[in-house]
Amino acid sequence: MEVRDIRAGYGSHSALEGVSFTIEPGCLAGLVGPNGSGKSTLLKVMLGLHRPWRGEVLTFGGPGRPEHGRMGYMPQSELVDWAFPVTVAQVVLMGRYGRIGLVRRPGRRDRETAMAALERVRLTDLADRMIGELSGGEQRRALIARVLAQEADLLLLDEPLAGLDATAQHDLLRLFEELRREGKTLFVATHDLSCVAADFDHVVLLNRHVIAFGRPVDVFTEENLSAAFQRHLFVLPQGTTIIGP
Amino acid sequence: MSEIIDFLGDPWTFEFMRRALLAAMVVSAVAAVIGSFVILKGMAFIGDALPHASFGGVAVAFVLGANLYLGGALAAVLTAVLIGFVSRRGLIKYDTAIGILFVGAFALGVLIVSTQRNYTGDLFSFVFGNIFAVSWSDVWTTAALSAVILLLVVLFYKEILFVAYDPSMAAASGLPVAAIQYGLLALVGVTTVIGLQTVGIVLVVALLVTPAATAQLLTRRLPPMMAVGALVGVLSSLAGLYIAYYADVAASAAIVLTATGFFFLAFLFAPGRGLLWQRRFVPAERA
Repeated sequence: MEVRDIRAGYGSHSALEGVSFTIEPGCLAGLVGPNGSGKSTLLKVMLGLHRPWRGEVLTFGGPGRPEHGRMGYMPQSELVDWAFPVTVAQVVLMGRYGRIGLVRRPGRRDRETAMAALERVRLTDLADRMIGELSGGEQRRALIARVLAQEADLLLLDEPLAGLDATAQHDLLRLFEELRREGKTLFVATHDLSCVAADFDHVVLLNRHVIAFGRPVDVFTEENLSAAFQRHLFVLPQGTTIIGP
Repeated sequence: MSEIIDFLGDPWTFEFMRRALLAAMVVSAVAAVIGSFVILKGMAFIGDALPHASFGGVAVAFVLGANLYLGGALAAVLTAVLIGFVSRRGLIKYDTAIGILFVGAFALGVLIVSTQRNYTGDLFSFVFGNIFAVSWSDVWTTAALSAVILLLVVLFYKEILFVAYDPSMAAASGLPVAAIQYGLLALVGVTTVIGLQTVGIVLVVALLVTPAATAQLLTRRLPPMMAVGALVGVLSSLAGLYIAYYADVAASAAIVLTATGFFFLAFLFAPGRGLLWQRRFVPAERA
């Protein structure tokens, strides 16, 4: 996936200015930047949900939106209506809706794929629970299962790690690792710099424009991080230890 | 025993009562189904706005001598589309767009009506409803439109559910989100217009919101919520018409107040969720 010189915003407010980078197939890439740096807007532009003022996104070697099902998306957990009266299994099955087509009902293969995705995030026992009854970590796993059920080759995940405890983060990172080994490409917006530094192949450091792009070890320099986060982040000179605000 | 049967059967010896009952039951059932989406999406305000906006269309149709309901439906759907269009530009908020456009369309109706000398009877019935005036052809029109609305909900249930629950994910999955959102608004618009005759502009929002909200307190999943909402609507229509018949009060208000009564019963006594249930059992569990 290649992002070329994207400028985008809302009304007269500019959110992204000349953003360009490339994500290699089969890699685990991070998207890091402070709040309001345009991470979610960038993901929406990449998904074709928000029309950029300028620039283009090339996916799978071509411009425009890829065919349905090749690109999966997980929205921020806070933007999901958890009071909505649907079960966990129904939510995961929604991952299939884009493939099923209008009016038609989900078939057996759709249900099997959804159940397999639930199994993979270890939520099988909770399949018939209402989503509002899940804990924060279980909610996140349900959203992950939904994006898995899409069977997409390229996954764009908005803040999947936020608010998870260390064990849950670890489990999720292991799942990312597995998906990468299966040949999937992952692009993950996150605030967790230490996870990115430890486990990701590439990272885009964003604050309305791309401050740096490349391997985490090259991107996370004191200079780059203070350019992105201004004073809100302190980098210890020894190297990888990073303390957030 | 025969007194009870007489009491229960007496109102339905009149044809206008039978017509009223049929129209009210059909409208309140379909309104509860559409209303389930309305309350889940926090669209109660638009459920109030569209019938008001339809008054502009009713007035225009009245002047032109056209079908009043067709005029009302067109105005409601047009206002719904305009609300979506204006708020999608992102310059003003959704509820602000609703407030501006529905009052504008309603004011247009008032303006037109004020130029007519002999308006009061016909147009007044739209404001407060006049269910005893429905004709058989009104009843069949209502039933046919309701059947079309329900058919569309069944056919596109999967899409409406997905878009209502998570529009950004639905769009990312390639669903025509804008078309489905406008379509749902149009269904709300048509539902309110067929509700105009039963309860009128001012009260029609109650048919959308109150039975569905009552059902939400009693059910967990969406299809049962729609079914129970429809049942509450039908029972409110029946009870409301009895009250109107025996107490000689306005049928629209009696139907709406009966539904309001059902809501408070559920609010207090709904198993597990009602106020009294919580008072009674939650402290005991903690102790």
